[in-house]
Amino acid sequence: MTDNSQDWPLYEIFIRARSGLDHKHVGSLHATDARMAIEHARDLYTRRQEGVSIWAVRSSDIVASDPADADTLFEPARDKVYRHPTFYDIPDEVKTL
Amino acid sequence: MMPHCAYVLRIADTSLILAQRLGEWVGHAPAIEEDLGLANVSLDLLGQARMLLSYAGELEGRGRSEDDLAYLREESEFLNATLVEQPNGDFGQTVVRQFLVDAWQLELYEQLLESKDPRLAEIAAKAVKETRYHLRYSAGWLVRLGDGTDESHARVQDALTRLWPLTGELFSTDEVDREIAQAGIGPAAEALLPGWSARVAAVFAEARLAAPVMSPFSWHGKQGRHSEHLGFVLAEMQSLHRAHPGATW
Amino acid sequence: MRRDSGVDLYTQGLDSLGKDCLRDEAEESGTFEQRFQTRVDAEEKIEPKDWMPEAYRRTLIRQISQHAHSEIVGMLPEGNWITRAPSLLRKTILIAKVQDEGGHGAYLYSATETLGVSRDELIGQLLEGKAKYSSIFNYPTPTWADVGAIGWLVDGAAIMNQVPLCRCSYGPYARAMVRICKEESFHQRQGYEIMMRLSRGTTAQKDMAQQALNRWWWPSLMMFGPSDAESKHSAQSMRWKIKRFSNDELRQKFVDYTVPQAEFLGLTIPDPDLRRDEAAQHYRFGTIDWNEFEQVLKGHGPCNRERLEARRRAHDEGRWVRDAAIAHAAKQAARKNSRAA
Repeated sequence: MTDNSQDWPLYEIFIRARSGLDHKHVGSLHATDARMAIEHARDLYTRRQEGVSIWAVRSSDIVASDPADADTLFEPARDKVYRHPTFYDIPDEVKTL
Repeated sequence: MMPHCAYVLRIADTSLILAQRLGEWVGHAPAIEEDLGLANVSLDLLGQARMLLSYAGELEGRGRSEDDLAYLREESEFLNATLVEQPNGDFGQTVVRQFLVDAWQLELYEQLLESKDPRLAEIAAKAVKETRYHLRYSAGWLVRLGDGTDESHARVQDALTRLWPLTGELFSTDEVDREIAQAGIGPAAEALLPGWSARVAAVFAEARLAAPVMSPFSWHGKQGRHSEHLGFVLAEMQSLHRAHPGATW
Repeated sequence: MRRDSGVDLYTQGLDSLGKDCLRDEAEESGTFEQRFQTRVDAEEKIEPKDWMPEAYRRTLIRQISQHAHSEIVGMLPEGNWITRAPSLLRKTILIAKVQDEGGHGAYLYSATETLGVSRDELIGQLLEGKAKYSSIFNYPTPTWADVGAIGWLVDGAAIMNQVPLCRCSYGPYARAMVRICKEESFHQRQGYEIMMRLSRGTTAQKDMAQQALNRWWWPSLMMFGPSDAESKHSAQSMRWKIKRFSNDELRQKFVDYTVPQAEFLGLTIPDPDLRRDEAAQHYRFGTIDWNEFEQVLKGHGPCNRERLEARRRAHDEGRWVRDAAIAHAAKQAARKNSRAA
């Protein structure tokens, strides 16, 4: 940039499409305060009735896992097949199980 | 013109001309997010103007549509408040103008919810929600700019000094207002002042802004006597439509 | 483009660069590259923190930011008509449409920021004239019919380009494109509707529509970029699944779709060589003036200067506003701290 102005901080935006659903990450935007972040999210991400609720989180406040750790974090769950109902062999005549 | 129709036109034209002014911003705002924000306010106001103009056309009973009224009336037939035709100036001036109008429209629409005219009450019910957001948006910016830097404070204080004298008109009751109030169609103009003043004062305090002294001269845009600016607004807005009489678009 | 410092400042917290990205260049060769290509070949999405070849990152930053700039500059030629739109309904539609362009620009800048570059930096590149944007927006909109022609042709061409991008290998770009494509189809339809009204209107209106088609037809064909033989980045972008179809394929598809639409309007496409090739089921069209394309791209188009000047003015005149908002937030934080202390 040619000027010395500070950038507006980045916020991550999560929208609940309708009650009963989780908030879902939809993207980011720039704002200087919480109120502005909500207003910008409303104007940017809900122009077509996409939401009934907005969460805005400062991007710098989010802690994320690292893809390099994916093996360590997520591989150990792979062989735990006994956690899934299909692992168990129940005769067809037994109902509602 | 009968007072009922004139009264609806006043509200309609105020929304229309303000929407037109905000439309000038789209693509030129201080940040992309503000382009979107100003456009949303403009769209709401246009929506209000269209409903109100159609209704005014019905009240008038001469078969004029929203477009006939928007594009084919002369300057002196426009009944908007003089405040909304003022140029955008910088973003600060736009915010100050918006805030002063938003606070007034909110008072107006809240009181119109009780109107004996069911059409007006219905339009107000929709508009009041939109206007609450507009006020939230403009008040938020007024506080940021008033409190922000020395430069921003000076700019909005200056804009306020410039625009404040134009607010007098919003609260001066004339013959039309009196008849409307008597018929229970709408509030007398002066009845909006206490609520407006309280709202405005609270935000000025937060924004560290001083309300200027009211000037003795009052404008009369709502009676069709305008500042020099409306002529240019209309020349631009109406040029294409008038160049092709009778065409559909 | 990769930033080894200031990463936290600039990237999405959710999607900031992972450890893998910070390995030495030397390590990037071989296995990483292969593993990356295998994932792409398997149609797996690449996410921001995943390892990616530096050239892939650079290509994406260039492409997505150019796309974002195009949306933002693209607000201007049509925005030009907001104040003069010939009916209140048309005014409403146009404001919503131009607003959407701004929104699309914002989504795309947001996607670019996941690659470790800030929006302000990208906008700086645009304003300094270092970044490109779609050359189409350097053409003027002298009449209302140009608004119709832009919606019909320019947005039509854009959709043709953008639909395949919804399947782009880079997750944030693909997701932004899904949202954009959903919103974009209204743009094309409102444009065509304007053209329909004009071509069924008065003689003056019909003439206005034909003139606008004459102005926008060739520049719209140029939007797909140089022919495949000339295109520098195409092959690699196809391998990376950033691009799914070649420029010429998409251009041909656009012509095939658009010619019957023009016929329906009763308008004439300004190409004496245009003819139907029944055997191939295609419309064959004349030679594109690539010299004009190059000139406009280099900054010598009819409105390049005005467009950039308008963006610079908005940026410069908005600076005090952006600074004030930052200053207010800092003061608020300080007041909160002093109360807490």
